[in-house]
Amino acid sequence: MKTETALSVLTPGDFASDQDVRWCPGCGDYSILAQMKKVLPTLGVPPENIVFVSGIGCSSRFPYYVNTYGIHSIHGRAPAVASGLKIARPDLSVWVITGDGDALSIGGNHLMHAIRRNLDLNIVLFNNRIYGLTKGQYSPTSVLGQVTKSTPAGAIDNPLHPISLAIGCEATFVARSIDVNIKHLAMVLKRAAEHVGTSFVEVYQNCNVFNDGAFEYATARDTKADATLQLEHGKPLIFGKDRDKGIRLNGMDPEVVELGKGISEDDLLFHDEKAIEPTLAYLLSRMSHPEFPEPIGVFRDIDAPRYEELLNGQITAAREKKAGDLQKLFTSGETWTVE
Amino acid sequence: MATTTPSKPVVELDAATVRFCGDSGDGMQLAGTQLTNTSALAGNDIATFPDFPAEIRAPRGTKAGVSGFQLRFASTEIFTPGDQVDALVAMNPAALTTNLRDLVTGGILIANRDAFDEKGLAQAGYTTNPLDDGSLDGYQLFPVDMTKLTRTAVDGLGLSQKESDRCRNFFAMGLTFWLYDRSLDPTLRYIDAKFGKMPAVAEANRRALKAGYNYGETTDAMASQYQVHKADLEPGVYRNITGNQALAWGLVAASQRSGCELFYGSYPITPASDILHELVRHKNFGVRTFQAEDEIAAVTSAIGASFGGAMGVTGSSGPGIALKSEAIGLAVMTELPLLVVNVQRGGPSTGLPTKTEQADLLQALFGRNGECPVPVLAARSPGDCFDVAHEAWRIATRFMTPVFVLTDGYVANGAEPWKVPDVESLPEITIQYPKPVTNGDGFQPYARDERLARPWALPGTPGLMHRIGGLEKQDITGNVNYEPENHQHMVDLRAQKVANVAKDIPPQTVDGPDSGELLVISWGGTFGSVATATRQTRQAGGSVAHVHLRYLNPLPENLGEIIQRYKTVLVPELNKGQLRMLLRAKYLVDAIGLNKVQGKPFAVSEVVHKIQSLLK
Ligand code: SF4
Repeated sequence: MKTETALSVLTPGDFASDQDVRWCPGCGDYSILAQMKKVLPTLGVPPENIVFVSGIGCSSRFPYYVNTYGIHSIHGRAPAVASGLKIARPDLSVWVITGDGDALSIGGNHLMHAIRRNLDLNIVLFNNRIYGLTKGQYSPTSVLGQVTKSTPAGAIDNPLHPISLAIGCEATFVARSIDVNIKHLAMVLKRAAEHVGTSFVEVYQNCNVFNDGAFEYATARDTKADATLQLEHGKPLIFGKDRDKGIRLNGMDPEVVELGKGISEDDLLFHDEKAIEPTLAYLLSRMSHPEFPEPIGVFRDIDAPRYEELLNGQITAAREKKAGDLQKLFTSGETWTVE
Repeated sequence: MATTTPSKPVVELDAATVRFCGDSGDGMQLAGTQLTNTSALAGNDIATFPDFPAEIRAPRGTKAGVSGFQLRFASTEIFTPGDQVDALVAMNPAALTTNLRDLVTGGILIANRDAFDEKGLAQAGYTTNPLDDGSLDGYQLFPVDMTKLTRTAVDGLGLSQKESDRCRNFFAMGLTFWLYDRSLDPTLRYIDAKFGKMPAVAEANRRALKAGYNYGETTDAMASQYQVHKADLEPGVYRNITGNQALAWGLVAASQRSGCELFYGSYPITPASDILHELVRHKNFGVRTFQAEDEIAAVTSAIGASFGGAMGVTGSSGPGIALKSEAIGLAVMTELPLLVVNVQRGGPSTGLPTKTEQADLLQALFGRNGECPVPVLAARSPGDCFDVAHEAWRIATRFMTPVFVLTDGYVANGAEPWKVPDVESLPEITIQYPKPVTNGDGFQPYARDERLARPWALPGTPGLMHRIGGLEKQDITGNVNYEPENHQHMVDLRAQKVANVAKDIPPQTVDGPDSGELLVISWGGTFGSVATATRQTRQAGGSVAHVHLRYLNPLPENLGEIIQRYKTVLVPELNKGQLRMLLRAKYLVDAIGLNKVQGKPFAVSEVVHKIQSLLK
């Protein structure tokens, strides 16, 4: 094991693998990879204790590009692979890199169960609202009416909201960031890494080849301040270029209000990422463009027991009670002797 | 062994086959298990065949809900639970009509007369009561008012009628124990352990058991008792074991002998779930069980665990194995150890969940996309599951490959006496992990040893960071590679690696003459019937040898040469001829099949008839 001092000198370069990165030029994945390489050296974990697990899709090539241990597994199954790994090796820092098709379509079942078990995994979902690797079919997060190769007349399935889904599974850490929002993204990745339990991070990622501009409202200089809302724990929900708009609760529904004219900050909804009940976090996850600014940052960060912790606790308790002895096992219960 | 000195004439037998049958709620499996344990403790060799319906609660009294448990106990070595039944205990008309054809002419038939009422008879399709109409004259018929007698026996304990009736199986057990001069003690101990917290229920069961025993002893109806003496087994300590239990213990033992922790990922499925139930009890051996959200997660979590350095094991039955196919391919490509257990059942699709079959052999060998070879082993009997699990573990870690273990419903649920091995005598499994690298030399995750296995580099080891995955890999470096020559090389290499297992396993042995007229080749759970049938025909003068294969892929190196020494080759299988197809393809031998797919094991007589027809 390396010491803390040795670790502190790690640089992003230490996490670069010798493989050529093969994403399309201009793809949002590059930015996410760069932020990850910046964050990893700050975590105090040596590269050999980190594992990246992925499924299939553009984003799932990620493990090849970081010099840690990694498995590029099969479509949709990364959360299950990672669960087995984490159960067997609770000492490792395990990351799951996935996409909207991988995590929400073919792998929806595994995502749901990994989250509800609250294994200490960091799941990063690159959401580009399209199938990129297979060249442009619509995905479970494509918006209604989206015209793609497989929906020439427009998508007719109601899209999934990844954050709503994660909160529905009672994820203990839920956050959202944007590929080009590099400081914010690094902050979110770091907090996800620090959270003990399943961290679920949605990253808005531009696929400039098959779905260019899908998140332009949230990234363009002139619209982003009005189209997004940065969540801060304990602070009122304020947004807008001039920070003059806020979110207020009207009964059970959020509404956009303008500050001033008799409405003060105290009238607004205050963000509480530590709320045990997921209700408010869920409500925030439902706010979508263009009716609402879309929240970015940490929706929820609570503490709950982890599956691997409970399982290994049971193992320790069983061992303390009675250490495994094969010969005793074989002769347990009724036996007889043949002379 | 009897609790009283026999007061009626005692007939000595070499072996007896008994079947309990009744409604699935009648506790027939328990009755069978108790007689099994008692007979095992009495020193008999035993073989069992539990046979239960797929529906847990089919309507009471219907044929669909009939559950049975057959066992044979003997004073000689036996391999099967018997073709025909010497004594049948039928708890209702539906059980009688579905089981009677297996009772030998002149056999003992004990029927619960109380259940043969108008409704029960109608449900079973009887227009007249067979207990009265003379149709059962060819058997020794004992109609017993079991319901009434049980109610009387438990009277005064404050049980409801329903609770009282639930003790009927203990009455039936007691009567059977008397019939075969068995001690009640093991079952009395079982009652104490199981119902100790419910004194009234415990007492009721005790009374019902003794009432059944005394009924045999005191009524005039039953004229004689039977005795089956101790079998001449190899000296040692024995216990009774089922296939699923033996398999689980084999895994635990291999884990201990290899110093590698066991991770079992599984999704509930008949008839494999008992492996999970057994393994979950052994947390004190560091066993981690994971009831996954589906079959795919069960196998992929096991692969994740294997990557982390545990032995990932997943167990299922045919339909579940179908779902795991893609992931098994991933384990082949990533060259990670993994054990895939298939407790086969009748297929295709959901098929016959509780019935046995051997129709997944080709699925194990070929049921994946691409050229995707894996070693395949099959267990031949309940106790053999222990050795096969241990051996599969050894191969998986020595060759860095997934290994298939095939059992079936018959082997998994069946029980036999198992000679408890001395732990120190179990083969040790040595695993070598590459050491940390600090001098900056690049680690080569796809470098090879002499067997063509790659190194198992565990996360957490400094300097060995590497990435693996389902894309084709370059040899040595393990980098993603799509070059035509590399793909050819890697496909050949993976095939050769699995073929190399043949150099690492014992040569095939033959039971019977070295050469001659007929060679019978079997695999898996048909061992008992085929071994018995070949020995019987050989004793009658037939020139018959028997080869039973544990290794289905690769096949033993000397098998081709053995096959050539016989004029005719017969391959009995509970499928449409899957091993036969492989043997014909590989050895160009005109093998003949004996094939049956009825959800039932072979009767010895079926194999004997086929052998006789070929020897003529
Ligand atoms: S197809 Fe889209 S998501 Fe995939 S690498 Fe290219 S730009 Fe990125």
